[in-house]
Amino acid sequence: MRTTLLLELMADSQPDRVAIDGANGSLTYRELHARAASFAASLNGTTARAIGFLGVNSPALPVSLFGAALAGLPFSPLNYRLPDENLRRLAERLAPAIIVADDGLAHRIEGIPGVEILTRGTLTNLIATSAPSDFEPAEESDIAILLFTSGTSGEPKAAILRHENLTSYVLETVDFMAAQEDEAALVSVPPYHIAAVSSLLTSVYNGRRIVQLENFQPEAWIESVRRYAVTHAMVVPTMLNRILDIMAQTGQRLPSLRALAYGGGRMPLLVISRALKLMPYVAFTNAYGLTETSSTISILGPDDHSAARNGDEKAIARLSSVGQPVPGVEIEIRATDDTVLGTNQRGEIYVRGTQVSGEYVGRKTIDDKGWFPTRDLGWFDCDGYLFVDGRLDDVIVRGGENISPGEIEEVLLAHNAVRDAAVIGAPCEEWGEEIIAFVVAQSNVSEEELREWVRTKLRSTKMPEHIHFRDELPYNETGKLLRRLLRDEVTETG
Amino acid sequence: MIKPGSRWKSRVCEAEVVLVRPGKNDGQLQCGGFDMVPIAEDAEAMEIEAGMDAGCMAGKRYRSEKSGIEILCTKSGRGSLCFEGEILALVETKKLPSSD
Repeated sequence: MRTTLLLELMADSQPDRVAIDGANGSLTYRELHARAASFAASLNGTTARAIGFLGVNSPALPVSLFGAALAGLPFSPLNYRLPDENLRRLAERLAPAIIVADDGLAHRIEGIPGVEILTRGTLTNLIATSAPSDFEPAEESDIAILLFTSGTSGEPKAAILRHENLTSYVLETVDFMAAQEDEAALVSVPPYHIAAVSSLLTSVYNGRRIVQLENFQPEAWIESVRRYAVTHAMVVPTMLNRILDIMAQTGQRLPSLRALAYGGGRMPLLVISRALKLMPYVAFTNAYGLTETSSTISILGPDDHSAARNGDEKAIARLSSVGQPVPGVEIEIRATDDTVLGTNQRGEIYVRGTQVSGEYVGRKTIDDKGWFPTRDLGWFDCDGYLFVDGRLDDVIVRGGENISPGEIEEVLLAHNAVRDAAVIGAPCEEWGEEIIAFVVAQSNVSEEELREWVRTKLRSTKMPEHIHFRDELPYNETGKLLRRLLRDEVTETG
Repeated sequence: MIKPGSRWKSRVCEAEVVLVRPGKNDGQLQCGGFDMVPIAEDAEAMEIEAGMDAGCMAGKRYRSEKSGIEILCTKSGRGSLCFEGEILALVETKKLPSSD
């Protein structure tokens, strides 16, 4: 089944419902479908092998996404925050391609052989003059989306998501046309984030109006929720923290908001506890997923959050978990020798299911039984709740002992004076690697006090050799902690 | 072989369906006792067969345990949905919170 069918069904059943809304314009399902079909028709006879997208959230995003799918071409949203050099390299990898670009960004990818630029303005004209009836699907390709990973370690990989992966995710997680007429989902992650793609598909199938926010700013986010009567939203942890700051400062509340999902990075207990208090009527969901798994594979739902809000100790401890696998997905924890581990044993998270692609251009990482190694570390508790504990690549090897930064960060964050914490390994002669912590303090505390705190909570081998105090830690715009920058800093000064 | 994404309509009622997962074997979809027809084709209306009037609901999925075929009902109707004579079972979905 193809992603285009999701739109087709809604355009048939509820043509006049608003599909896309926001400051950049709105479209009904009928209009969205007609425009996507016109764009596809304009691609008849093209030599392009992919459709790229360089822009912020706007109606051009779903039009090009579904248009590309109708024409049978992979769609690839690019990260406009990359420096020119890196961005152009990704565009070159897509060639021969047509790249739909915001008018203000088009110049950044000019002059690349095999790359034709279609500005948003030109796209609008083209759609107006190209009759949807002309449309004939181009050669069938089963790749729906090509998404470049953030490339925190080396050159970005092009993750492949096939129509089958994405539609399976949609069918398993939402019901067709099940949204109430007044439901609206605010999308504030950029188009090149998997959640922007998956929310578009689930909302279209569900019949929920999508409100697009061009660029995340906490004030603009709050303003959009209030202005467009947003009922559902998804944010990454750093966004939530900034939203809460503004809410606390201004006293603004969000009466229309019913459900808030978060994911894309570890949520500090302090931030979620604050959110539960400041938004007492909102149903919270923690979602864990990867680009390579078509988004969400595990969910900690509203009931667990409510229990934590009411002070249930067990539920509060579970706020650090990502809950339980979604239907159609199996998860297991494996040791380095591939044996499957039992409850409370830490290892690599493996996942299997139709929504899991585990595939990159030129490389498949799924094993012959369909399991995808996520490179994430984690464990299950005795009730089947999954805890995620950072990336395998971030593990510190100190004196032959494998130490997970997540465990130490968790302990540091539990200290009253600590607002944020990051732990990395730095090369050292005596141990191979030593443990370095970066801490954002919210009240007075000494390095010695924090080292001692970790030693008593864990053990001496996990006590950081050094703790550096910072005003803030480096995150990218989608909430990923940039450990690489911290490592570089230590290596340069060390 | 009937294809994923192909759309079908009933001859006995308003029901319309789309195939979301193919089965292990090829065959025909029925509604209310009669073969369904491709959505764009004209076909003579028929009287619903006795006992084949359990109905189907838009937005719900129906599955055959035997062949694995799965369809989504996009328009409700009075007829029972079948594949090769076997009545399709309603797929019970767990209501999940929105996560993206």
